[in-house]
Amino acid sequence: MSLQLFCDWLAATPASLLFQTTSWVVPAVQTVHILSIAVVISAALLVHLNTLGLAMRSYSSAALAARFLPGLWWAVGVLLVSGSILVIAEPARSLPKGIFQLKMSLLIVAIALTLLYQLPMRKQPAHWQTTPARRMNARAIAILSLIIWCCIVFAGRWIAYVF
Amino acid sequence: MTLQPLLSWLENTGVGTAVRESAVLFPWFESVHVLAIAVVVGTIAVVDLRLLNLTFRERPVSELMSQVLPFTRWAFVVAAITGIAMFAAQATSYMDKTPFVVKLLLLFIAGVNIAGFHFITARDMHTWDVGPTLPARVKFAGATSLALWVVIVTCGRWIGFV
Repeated sequence: MSLQLFCDWLAATPASLLFQTTSWVVPAVQTVHILSIAVVISAALLVHLNTLGLAMRSYSSAALAARFLPGLWWAVGVLLVSGSILVIAEPARSLPKGIFQLKMSLLIVAIALTLLYQLPMRKQPAHWQTTPARRMNARAIAILSLIIWCCIVFAGRWIAYVF
Repeated sequence: MTLQPLLSWLENTGVGTAVRESAVLFPWFESVHVLAIAVVVGTIAVVDLRLLNLTFRERPVSELMSQVLPFTRWAFVVAAITGIAMFAAQATSYMDKTPFVVKLLLLFIAGVNIAGFHFITARDMHTWDVGPTLPARVKFAGATSLALWVVIVTCGRWIGFV
């Protein structure tokens, strides 16, 4: 089945028709989406700038990861659900567009980088401070993650403007 | 007194004209606006949750505020600049949209809440800075801020749908 046919099929489902005909659904779900973006972006910003020595310097990176990353994952979950509702409401607005496909690819990279950062800290909270090489890797993850999250937000907003 | 001369002037400024006539300036400003709002709302929520005694309870309120709020302030400046630039493009029609006007009013109230916190509520901060409990008025300021920002974001998103 081609993407175009899939979009047509999805747009004709009862769920999609319900979202299309209930005028407050799309703005309400977009609002939830933006509030969740606020949680993800701020959590990532404080955790990663702390790694770079630029934020919350009196707090350890292990403490910040323990405090903020669970919230980041919850917000990512809400983003996936709210984003799915927006796709179902208007499939052709997002699915066929390169900018949307780019956003989803970057999201996978951002999630992988966050896991790459978080998982070793579960065994050893100070994992990223134990050797100079690990410190460098943590900084690389921090810079890459921040750039990618920003690109994801930009790509998301541009879905509305690209045809 | 009417706002109309000011709105028309804004629309005729270089920024207003450029954003209105360009196909890409508005989406770019809007993207930066969303990113800045994400930082404003997310970082202020961390402080609000601390004021509600729900997070970082083992660390002083003042310590968290001094290390998190600079990001909130800088992001707010960016959100305000990009917001004004988008407003300038269509000032008259934005002032006709209820969610936009409500958003402005709530931003003003959020400012009053922040000023009230800093100049009144936080005057005796040394007595509750390290907890373990926080006065009800401190929690009230945190809850008010959190609620205001949620509604401000809601109004902002609704501007595009009226």
